[in-house]
Amino acid sequence: MATVRAPKTVQNVTATPDRATLARMLYFLKLTREAEWRIEQVLYRQGKIVGGVYTSRGQEAITVGTAIQLVDGDVVTPTHRDFAAHVIRGTPLQKIFCNWLGRADAPTRGRDGGPHIGDISRGIIAPISPVGAWCPVACGAAMALQRAGQGRIALTYFGEGTSARGDVHEAMNLAAVRKLPVVFVCNNNGFAYSTPPEKEYAVKSLAVRGPAYGMPGASVDGNNVLVVYAAVEKAIARARAGKGPSLIECRTFRMTGHSAHDAAEYVPEDLRKAWAKKDPIERFQKILLREEILTKPQLEEMDRRIQKEIDDAVALAEASPFAAGATAVEGVYCGAECWWEKPLN
Amino acid sequence: MPTLTYLDAIRQGIWEEMERDPSVFLLGEDIGAFGGAFKVTAGMLEKFGEDRVIDTPISESAIVGAAVGAALMGMRPVVEMQFMDFIACGFDQIVNMAAKIHYRWGPAVPIVIRGPSGAGVHGGPFHSQSNEMWFVHTPGLKVVMPATAYDAKGLIKAAIRDENPVIFYEHKFLYRRIKEEIPSEDYVVPLGKAAVRREGRDITVITYGAMVWTALEAAQELEKEGISLEVVDLRSLLPYDEELVLASVRKCSKVILLHEDTRTGGMAGELAALIAEKAFDDLDGPLLRVTAPDTPVPFSPPLEEYFLPTAQKVIGAARKLAAY
Ligand SMILES: Cc1ncc(C[n+]2csc(CCOP(=O)(O)OP(=O)(O)O)c2C)c(N)n1
Ligand SMILES: [Mg+2]
Repeated sequence: MATVRAPKTVQNVTATPDRATLARMLYFLKLTREAEWRIEQVLYRQGKIVGGVYTSRGQEAITVGTAIQLVDGDVVTPTHRDFAAHVIRGTPLQKIFCNWLGRADAPTRGRDGGPHIGDISRGIIAPISPVGAWCPVACGAAMALQRAGQGRIALTYFGEGTSARGDVHEAMNLAAVRKLPVVFVCNNNGFAYSTPPEKEYAVKSLAVRGPAYGMPGASVDGNNVLVVYAAVEKAIARARAGKGPSLIECRTFRMTGHSAHDAAEYVPEDLRKAWAKKDPIERFQKILLREEILTKPQLEEMDRRIQKEIDDAVALAEASPFAAGATAVEGVYCGAECWWEKPLN
Repeated sequence: MPTLTYLDAIRQGIWEEMERDPSVFLLGEDIGAFGGAFKVTAGMLEKFGEDRVIDTPISESAIVGAAVGAALMGMRPVVEMQFMDFIACGFDQIVNMAAKIHYRWGPAVPIVIRGPSGAGVHGGPFHSQSNEMWFVHTPGLKVVMPATAYDAKGLIKAAIRDENPVIFYEHKFLYRRIKEEIPSEDYVVPLGKAAVRREGRDITVITYGAMVWTALEAAQELEKEGISLEVVDLRSLLPYDEELVLASVRKCSKVILLHEDTRTGGMAGELAALIAEKAFDDLDGPLLRVTAPDTPVPFSPPLEEYFLPTAQKVIGAARKLAAY
């Protein structure tokens, strides 16, 4: 059976991100923004996507600044707002669009939809809808990685609302007790569906939950990809060194409704406006221009390339067939003959 | 008589019970100002206040556990699961705590856990399940699933007044798709009682939830072929109405057991066992099940369509039975 690819050696990514990494981060930020825009504002509105549509608009820096530091053999458990984790780990865009469109070429072959994408060979564990259920799973992956003794780690994401789930608490405690190489990244985007943080927890910052369980906790500006990068870099180094888990809360804001059908009238307009000024992509792009990491023409080229990649991927996805209805009953169990290893249709 | 949708009927039922009995209160995620993901509790915060319409953290286990505690203190909590799929996150509190208190040491646990279930809206594996049998297999619980707006209101009221934990399954496909005239005066639909939705002679279809409408659709088609279907709506799955089921079986002598839930361990199997035990001599043909296959609920439209029982599948089973 397929499992996570193990590299021979695992090295930590360099201290401050080098120029190439900085450019890659901007690329993934923009790719995520634009691809999700295509999903939410185009494909969904055209009626081509059925079911819920969740995006990470406004909070892309959290996923990008963290997942970019993973290496082959690491494991990640994305939420419904971690699109970037998939593309950074190498899942082809076309496969992602196929999943949203329910097509046969999707990683789930149409059995599940939207952001529920996993790829075990890339170390991506697909989320389920019950939020936070993947945090204990990340602990189990980390147990296996701990035994392998190569310094590989598991990165697990969850929302601030999800921090109220028992599964998340149990996972943090277990990880601390077993000194597991897990990095817990909480995206605190100000809302859990319609519910504000003060109705989810009574602490000032979720960072205090780290020490409460026996691990370091930090709270950082989630709209600054460099700050996110630096905070998680420390946590990852700690995990790779066998010193155990960490918790990082990244403060951000959900710049959309909970999902595409939600007008989010409960979000105060001034709050949304204030956060709009802190857009993580605009901020980062300015820095890269100022520091002459990228030139204006290079940026324009990047934007063009991204649009082309999305156009091509969407075209391929739309040309992909649906899996035939009768395949619904195949591959329920794993056996000597694995259904997933056979071509479909 | 006002005409209400299935959804509004549930909302009105809860509303009236809250007006009638101050010990009734609500717990759930996004149920306050937001009025719930499907708006079943819309306006209740404004009407009944924050003490009685409580927005909780995303903590299903704590929600159910807290409901049990409040119930032990004489309250009547009504818990909303945003989707019934997430009831799994409160499983222990339901099956080990709530279900076993009265049997073990006496107190009543008058809680209702309600929410949307069922498929047909391309919700995928975690927003479409029919997981009622998890709880039908748990003595101490009651399990209810209305198929009509009238029943939805009458059953939610009966559930709230019941002294036991009741798991109340609403079918999300029916929420805004069906409506009917509902009496303005107070009424309840008793738990544990089935209803004959359509009288017939040849074959009885025993079903519940949204599949009642599928059975009725099939019955209309089959009438043209001279096959007369009876349609029995169970309404309550635990306890279920043995008497009415057996009476209908004895009358028609041929039986189709229909549900949206998957096959193995489904309600159809339970009913088949009952019928084999108590009405074997009355049967003129095999007991036929029309159910979803034993798979998770798939997401994409062609897969989900294949998965769901349809009127055509019921018609196929009926034709087969008619030959006996
Ligand atoms: C256990 C469980 N309960 C309820 C839901 C319904 N639901 C889906 S997302 C969500 C809010 C999640 O909020 P948060 O953790 O802050 O993540 P965000 O969506 O803001 O990224 C809720 C209540 C769910 N998916 N799982
Ligand atoms: Mg949130």
